[in-house]
Amino acid sequence: MADPMRIRAQAAGDKATVRVLMSHEMESGQRKDAAGALIPAWHISEITASHNGKPVLTTEWGSGVAKNPFLQFVVKGAKAGDKISVTWKDNKGDTRTDEATVI
Amino acid sequence: MQNRRETLKHSAIVAGLLATTGFFPQHALAFNQSAFDSKTLDQAYKALGIAAPTESADIVLTAPDIAENGAVVPFVGATTLAGVKKMMFLVEKNPSVLIAQFNVTDSVEPNFSIRSKMGETSNVYAVAVMADGKTLFAKKEVKVTAGGCGG
Repeated sequence: MADPMRIRAQAAGDKATVRVLMSHEMESGQRKDAAGALIPAWHISEITASHNGKPVLTTEWGSGVAKNPFLQFVVKGAKAGDKISVTWKDNKGDTRTDEATVI
Repeated sequence: MQNRRETLKHSAIVAGLLATTGFFPQHALAFNQSAFDSKTLDQAYKALGIAAPTESADIVLTAPDIAENGAVVPFVGATTLAGVKKMMFLVEKNPSVLIAQFNVTDSVEPNFSIRSKMGETSNVYAVAVMADGKTLFAKKEVKVTAGGCGG
């Protein structure tokens, strides 16, 4: 199973900046293995972020996002103590959800 | 007077209408494979169902002038405009030009940061799709010394 995401959510005024570092190979589908065969694309394809249970952001990614991907976004109206949850799903159907509290 | 058959028919029609509005999230989140397979900017815009964007100083794209490592290039796309529905990053010379698409809700700012792979020196585009259908972009050329797509 994938390594946990590192999520940091920092409140400033009436919003919070959320930084997420995910652990994923993000195989582009362009590389070849030692035998010369293409290594198939394997990448996070969809991410949903929620604030106190309410979905606030969905994003779709292709194979061009860097390995162990970083994502930063800003949630309006978030304050210290609120919960931010991030779920990713990859193109093989694997999925992972992690949560953090806004500080 | 509405009988049972009419009621069922009306329910089916209402459900159909609700589905097209994106009320059922499964449909709205369907991954747009053809957009992410696009090899040119125009193909990507067409697959995304948007008009080719016009350049706008209101879209701010931050990316390095020179990316030492093409495997990890940071992009920040932001705008102070209101009414943004989606934002995307595209890399013109990548094997797949569309890198990421963000569906902006009222609860997040139109301000996103990711790290992308770049195969070679290329123009990078940050595109915003507005609620009124306008599409706007900012672009920047990022020089890449060591390509990151694995070729």
